[in-house]
Amino acid sequence: MLAPISISLASLNIMTMAPMLIAIVGALAILCIDLVKEGLHKSFYVMVSLLFLLLDLGAIVDFGNIFLKSGTVLGMFDMMLIDGLAILSQIIIVAGSMLFIPLALTSKRFHEYNYPEYFALFLFMIAGFQFMVASDNLILIFVGLETASLALYTLIALHNRSKSFEAAVKYFTMGALAAGFFAFGSMIFYAITGSVEINQIALALAKDEYFNIGFVLVAVVFLLGAIGFKLSMVPFHTWTPDVYEGSSAALAGYMSIVPKIAGFVVAMRLFEFLVHSGVVWLQVVLYVAVVVTMTASNIWALVQNDVKRMLAYSSISHAGFVMAAILIGTTQANTALFLYWALFSFTNLGAFSMLWVSRQKNLIPGQSSDHPYEKFAGLVRTMPMAAIMIALFMLSLAGVPPFGLFWGKIYMIGAAVSAGYTMLALIMALNSAIAAYYYLKLIVFMFMKEPIAEYQKYYLMNASLSLKTIIGIAAIGTIFAVFAVNPLLKVITLFVYNSGY
Amino acid sequence: MQEHILSILIFFPALAAMFGFVVHKDSVRAYGITVAAIEFFLSLWLWNLYDPMTSGMQFMEMAPLVSAFGISYLVGVDGISLFIIILSTFFTLIGIASLTEKRRVKDLIITLLFLEMTMVGVFAALDAIVFYVFWELSLIPMLYIIGAWGGPLRIYASIKFFLYTFTGSLVMLVGMLFMAYFYYQATGQWSFSLLEWYRLILPVNIQMWLFGAFFLGFAIKVPMFPFHTWLPYAHGQAPTIGSVILAAILLKMGTYAFIRFSLPLFPDASVIFMFPIAILAIIMIVYAAMVAYAQEDIKQVVAYSSISHMGVIILGIFALNVEGITGSIFLMIAHGVVSGALFLLVGVIYDRRHTKLMSEFGGLASVMPRYATIFGIMMMASVGLPLTINFVGEFLSLLGFYKQSHSYTLVAGTAIIVGAIYMLSAYKKAFFGNVTKEENKNLKDVNRTELLGLVPLVIVAIWLGVYPKPLLEPINNSVEAIVQLMHDKAQTEEAKQRIPDLAHSAGLNSMQEAH
Repeated sequence: MLAPISISLASLNIMTMAPMLIAIVGALAILCIDLVKEGLHKSFYVMVSLLFLLLDLGAIVDFGNIFLKSGTVLGMFDMMLIDGLAILSQIIIVAGSMLFIPLALTSKRFHEYNYPEYFALFLFMIAGFQFMVASDNLILIFVGLETASLALYTLIALHNRSKSFEAAVKYFTMGALAAGFFAFGSMIFYAITGSVEINQIALALAKDEYFNIGFVLVAVVFLLGAIGFKLSMVPFHTWTPDVYEGSSAALAGYMSIVPKIAGFVVAMRLFEFLVHSGVVWLQVVLYVAVVVTMTASNIWALVQNDVKRMLAYSSISHAGFVMAAILIGTTQANTALFLYWALFSFTNLGAFSMLWVSRQKNLIPGQSSDHPYEKFAGLVRTMPMAAIMIALFMLSLAGVPPFGLFWGKIYMIGAAVSAGYTMLALIMALNSAIAAYYYLKLIVFMFMKEPIAEYQKYYLMNASLSLKTIIGIAAIGTIFAVFAVNPLLKVITLFVYNSGY
Repeated sequence: MQEHILSILIFFPALAAMFGFVVHKDSVRAYGITVAAIEFFLSLWLWNLYDPMTSGMQFMEMAPLVSAFGISYLVGVDGISLFIIILSTFFTLIGIASLTEKRRVKDLIITLLFLEMTMVGVFAALDAIVFYVFWELSLIPMLYIIGAWGGPLRIYASIKFFLYTFTGSLVMLVGMLFMAYFYYQATGQWSFSLLEWYRLILPVNIQMWLFGAFFLGFAIKVPMFPFHTWLPYAHGQAPTIGSVILAAILLKMGTYAFIRFSLPLFPDASVIFMFPIAILAIIMIVYAAMVAYAQEDIKQVVAYSSISHMGVIILGIFALNVEGITGSIFLMIAHGVVSGALFLLVGVIYDRRHTKLMSEFGGLASVMPRYATIFGIMMMASVGLPLTINFVGEFLSLLGFYKQSHSYTLVAGTAIIVGAIYMLSAYKKAFFGNVTKEENKNLKDVNRTELLGLVPLVIVAIWLGVYPKPLLEPINNSVEAIVQLMHDKAQTEEAKQRIPDLAHSAGLNSMQEAH
């Protein structure tokens, strides 16, 4: 008979799960409230979700202080790993979600926000992402990934248009394949090292001096496929434009920010030790993937006729740009990744929100998609402020100084230069020039063309005070980023450096 | 207030532009003129406060922006930038005062005021990133001006302008990041401050690479042959005000940046690339002059002649001695005044006839005598007649290069003389002979608004042609400091020879005098 396992509760350090548990409790609370009283207005759920996210954020910031005092915290049989990366990325995840959730308060009614389940799923999804980044256990990462993804598929489908169903099913199918890849890759690592924890895997591989390099490479291929899918790296990107087009603009903006930062953290944990141990093949593959992702998606974006699809390709390109940090692998590069993504969140949120406020329920005759460029023609005549806002976000995305993303860009290119990747730095710079063209295209339509009368009634149709507030926050974050860069850099460098990346 | 005069100069127009959104559209022109006038007088006050005997930076201001990455807000002026700043404020004032555009004039004036901020900012910046910020920001107002108020091909022209310059400057940005990284390697500190960078002595092969990166950014802006193709489109499609600002100020950013960045940072590379660049400059002078001769559109003649003269400026810069550089800076001012005035003049006739084809005109001198006189003076100035402003600059630039190579200077000098042909022939076609077209018989001569813009330019063009000393002296002092710095930093034998050693020769002179 087995001896009873006795574990003291204190050794579990259950507090490490506090942030995720807050989100989960919030989701369950929303479901319970719905049982008691039905038909509450969406504003109630939005605010309740916001409150829980605020608590969540508080818990993470608390861990930040602990981390700075006493270093990395482990818990739950070392499954949970609260290091600097986990804290930084959770802050981005939760803060990004907090900026996103008020976008539900549109002036028009949308089907999905009438379901309390929408908000419950949303909180479950956030918990999933938090688990994903706060662990170096491949199984827990997998569980977090799937929790989050399944919730996300449902959120997309709830938008209740045929295109949304198509998008959700497409995303689900491809996602299932990626999940299979992830499981398979993890299995191979377990087979050759006997562990599913990344640091143990690294130790075991180093110990036998990469004796099983062939198997390692196979495992890396599978994991690269799985994570590449999440990050929409070329050639695993094909789902992205369709899914973005099918989901609401707000959710598309969310998908371009939050799931990706989770993916980046996993990629950082998984690939950086391999890059640093001189697995040349991985370096080459990553190099090619980064360059192709940046360049190819930029070229595809050039030929899009729909602003949302253009933004989808642009976000692929930005992901490729940031992926360079994982290839470079220095502290400066990893710092640049978080800085870039924090600034990108503001700008991209603003850009997608501007599409969201001019959402129309029915297409007018001859309109090919939700947001064709023509829709924004001559916007400066009819709504100068809206046009200036969109232009601001586009210029920031293009990397025109002094707006937000420029600072991320120079720090990232600076990291490439410092690490000796001169060609890569040049390619990154020139890609910004290609990208400028399609961002300019929208500006040209808004500022230099004549308005088209049929579209005029749709501008800002969907706007409400809370949406405008969010856009205002995004705009302020984009314009005054220059003053935030220094404190951000200091904090991020401290966290990244102390986590050993 | 004196300590912060540069920041006031930079940000006052932008702040005023923000307030301008509130001003009613009927009164916005007066508002624009008021703001531009205040800004102009502020810049004159800056000149008044400026000490011409000091060669270094004055009115420096410094505030850390991103100290973790060595970026700080650092501005200052010396003799090189002072007059270009005054030129910028002067032309913004003249441009707004003589504005004849009727469509969406409020948007236009607000845009112009933002543009003024970026122009002053570029010339005052001493931190590479701050410089880059203003350099890039200046593209956006210009994009809007060309794209919204321009001719039929305006969108193509504006995007071409933006993308060309943007691409070049991104390569330059990589170069800047490299410089900062070298500085970091040398000192353990990140810094983008130009004054700190001046102290770095880089290996020659690295200098060459970095010179190339910066060159691409600057050469597209100038624009140097073969990167000039965007300029004829931009000028051809831009409204008058756009062409005036573009020719008078924006192109000077490139040549100014050569003096501020390329020469003192990479003295050895500058010497190595001296003759290749001189050849490009001479091609620019000759080729643009030939193309100008073939044009039918009078605005294109002015545009190509403007490219041709930019070639002389480049030649003067790469003489790498005091005469050449001083001359090229003076020529930048002169070129700004003259080509700005010529574009204004073309605008005058375009407003009346809505065509710019020379064949449509003829005999205008009898219909519009005042117009013909002003045009004549400006054309003479453009050709480089002695006692006009261009002559001083061209003479000094060529004199400078003569010390480096006789034959190159001979070719360039001849080309400039030949260049007079196209201007004179264009003038002949448009102004002399009989009035051939019925529509031209009743054209009105220049009116008060237009004179308001043109007369000051004529005065400046002649005043500085006769008596250039007030400008030349401060410019000369600052240039001497830069040339000395280049000589001290130069490593190769050839560079030491090509770049004169002023301290040493001054010592020799005083010794001779003692004897």
